[in-house]
Amino acid sequence: MLDALLPILIFSALALAVIGAVRRIRLWRQGRPSPVPVIQGLAAMPRRYLVDLHHVVARDKVMSNTHVATAGGFVAAAVLMILVHGLGFANPLLGGLLLAASALMFVGSLFVARRRRNPPARLSRGPWMRLPKSLMAFSLSVFLLTLPTVGVLPEGTGSGILALALAAVLVWGLGEMVFGMTWGGPMKHAFAGALHLAFHRRPERFGEGKRSTGLKALDLNDPKAPLGVETPSDFTWNQLLGFDACVQCGRCEAACPAFAAGQPLNPKKLIQDMVVGMAGGSDAHYAGSPYPGKPVGEHAGDPHGPIVAREGTALVDAETLWSCTTCRACVEECPMMIEHVDAIVDMRRFLTLEHGNTPGKGAEVLDNLIATDNPGGFDPGSRLHWAADLNLPLMRDVGQVDVLLWLGDGVFDMRNQRTLRALVKVLRAAEVDFAVLGNEERDSGDVARRLGDEATFQSLARRNIATLSQYRFQHIVTCDPHSFHVLGNEYGALGGVYEVRHHSTYIAELFEAGRLHFAPWKGGTVTYHDPCYLGRYNGEYEAPRNVLRALGIEVAEMARSGFRSRCCGGGGGAPITDIPGKQRIPDMRMNDVKETGAELVAVGCPQCTAMLEGVVDASAEVRDIAELVADALVERPAHSGHDSARDPQPVAEARSVVKEVTP
Amino acid sequence: MRPEVDEVKKPKQSALEVAVLVSVGRHPVTGRARRADQDARGVELALTLDEARVTLLHAGALDEQSEGALRGYLGMGLPALTLIEQPQGADVLDALAGTLGDARPQLVIAGERAEQGEGSGMLPYLLAERLGWPLVGGLAAVEKVEDGVATLLQALPRGQRRRLQVRLPAIVTVDAAASAARQSAFGPARRGAIETEAAAMTWDEAMPEWKVSPARKRPKRLKIVKATSARERFKAAAAKAEGGGGQVLTDATPEQGAEAIFKLLKEEGVLR
Repeated sequence: MLDALLPILIFSALALAVIGAVRRIRLWRQGRPSPVPVIQGLAAMPRRYLVDLHHVVARDKVMSNTHVATAGGFVAAAVLMILVHGLGFANPLLGGLLLAASALMFVGSLFVARRRRNPPARLSRGPWMRLPKSLMAFSLSVFLLTLPTVGVLPEGTGSGILALALAAVLVWGLGEMVFGMTWGGPMKHAFAGALHLAFHRRPERFGEGKRSTGLKALDLNDPKAPLGVETPSDFTWNQLLGFDACVQCGRCEAACPAFAAGQPLNPKKLIQDMVVGMAGGSDAHYAGSPYPGKPVGEHAGDPHGPIVAREGTALVDAETLWSCTTCRACVEECPMMIEHVDAIVDMRRFLTLEHGNTPGKGAEVLDNLIATDNPGGFDPGSRLHWAADLNLPLMRDVGQVDVLLWLGDGVFDMRNQRTLRALVKVLRAAEVDFAVLGNEERDSGDVARRLGDEATFQSLARRNIATLSQYRFQHIVTCDPHSFHVLGNEYGALGGVYEVRHHSTYIAELFEAGRLHFAPWKGGTVTYHDPCYLGRYNGEYEAPRNVLRALGIEVAEMARSGFRSRCCGGGGGAPITDIPGKQRIPDMRMNDVKETGAELVAVGCPQCTAMLEGVVDASAEVRDIAELVADALVERPAHSGHDSARDPQPVAEARSVVKEVTP
Repeated sequence: MRPEVDEVKKPKQSALEVAVLVSVGRHPVTGRARRADQDARGVELALTLDEARVTLLHAGALDEQSEGALRGYLGMGLPALTLIEQPQGADVLDALAGTLGDARPQLVIAGERAEQGEGSGMLPYLLAERLGWPLVGGLAAVEKVEDGVATLLQALPRGQRRRLQVRLPAIVTVDAAASAARQSAFGPARRGAIETEAAAMTWDEAMPEWKVSPARKRPKRLKIVKATSARERFKAAAAKAEGGGGQVLTDATPEQGAEAIFKLLKEEGVLR
């Protein structure tokens, strides 16, 4: 009896799955067109899955092994099941392999079940809670049904009530694993995820050490091109596909600083809301942690309706989008390679460019950027006032240098001016041929872009590129990772290609080349805070640590450091939009510092300095790497000096002696 | 005045016709063209009125700089702006008076003064005189409009407010006491239409003869506080900066009024 029943069950499940797939693909295709290399993408998919995706999953060893067993077992079991039971290739070898595959899958599902017994808060419940049972139903029933095939049980066992019961369990398993894969349900992640990897919007991010973090430029020349994303169907189709691939593992939620601070953002919920919007409906069925302070079930949307309502509620509230610090912790953690930050900025663009609804001080900052080229509204002619006594060489005068020192908007901030002075001192001690743009420099456009004002970003960027094109330099060095990221990764699309280095990278190079000499470190314990825009955006984790090591400092690492560094709260215009939460992000970060027992936290970003120094009753002092380096500078060993008359210089007199050298 | 205009207006009597006069502003730090702050507040006021049909009017020349500034107003969410074309150096009074006289809006809103050019703040008054409409300055809000009478809230120094009723049509001006203008968005600004209208042109005869030089900071009037206690300091800070003299004339004849003004000017040393 089963010999007749099994092929019918298997092929009807497959047929239903194909219908479901067509429906699902039509949901994705509601999005805007985005050309992808189909064949190339599909060909690259296995590698992206086995290497890139697994690299992220493997950060949790138990879960990664569980997934290998369950998913590997399932794929093998499904293929073999079609051969053995569907097409009737019932030879003992295939049957034996099928037994092994389903047994492996069963072992995996035991681990899935164990994890589901007391799931951490970040995991979604709801249908996900039945997944281990479904996995077991599938693997067990396939295993038992295959036993007669290999002759362990006599052929006749496949009849009677027992066999019918077994077939019923198999129907459950097939329903979840095959039918559910395309009709929605936990297994949807396998189908959507595989295609998402193949047709990812940023194919350049896959591969060893590769990253793609610059935001995509809007086409402002075409008056018909939409300005950002208003409705779910305004996303590109492969963005929608990416949202649909989410496994709701909540790793993003666990990493998100805004969620931890109690601001109304949860990256996982946001992605699920986009899925709700794409299919139409309300978020009532969402079974994970909500946006802090926002109960589930009050928001609904449809593919062609607004995501954010001008008044009242729609799919998502604006403050959810404005809570994001664009720190990319969610993107870094996402095993499905979903691009949360792209989506958030896309939606912000619409709010700013079409609604004119940037919250907090957003409107004022953008007006200042338009009128004065800096967010504070300062006189652009006063950019070099902080350096009135430093006699900095100007690009306008020299025209050609090795290093163009990009100062950033920190020139207007008295705290950051100390960092800049220290950096100038270091560059002069290493006799670097450098110059600054002075009053010709403008804001890089970072804040404008993260606040969604692509028009102001492009205006600033184009004018900066025009200025830079007048001069010749080897590379740009800056102490602002935000400028670093924008100049290095985002100006390229507008025609400005530069080699940009963070000052910590450059100082490390100078030290390697023997051009800097440091006195041994005499201070207390030091920890280092990785700026998001240096670390996750640009992959520079080592250089700052190398510099600290060169200073003789042994870094007491925080629990969250390197690619898991927690944001200071200063990125993405978050201090400007200032969405209230239960606690402040920099306070949490300073607590991380406190846990290491460090007396000093070294930073490499003016935003981080400002945010962390703003923490009341902090246990540690905040110093930029440039300041630590400048303090530790000592005269070079006498034999290496080429100008003995004025070269060996005590630290205290360094500045005045250096000054004489300047033309 | 013109019968055909009246006929067109009649079916839309429920909608309040509001015209906002907007100028090209100048940023105080960089001098870049922008939407003028007070005029933008005027547009904001118009946009918050119930059932108002708002038209934007600008008299001037259209070039790259001024277009950016004018589009700044459109970015507040208006579909179009009417540009009455006037070359540099023209006196826009005639053109504006002509257009307003033809369109006959019920309420005209303007900023107190322009941010560049003559910036005398006289334009609304001259317009009111030419059209024969009442003018209310320093407006904080329009509370309601009923049966052709508007109830207005006028801002006085130190946060005081005065409620006024004025029969429409009228001209009102706003200054920094009115609510701040909403953000100007790029999309609507780019889409908005600038509809050009030709108009008669009068040269400003006096302007070319003037010598323009950068303004100097005016010295502040010293306020001597002889307080010895916190209470007195507070009273001094909260007190009105009054000259002490001055008088209120009620039911005075024009001659009496002129005499009082003449006397005051002599006292203050303006006339000798």
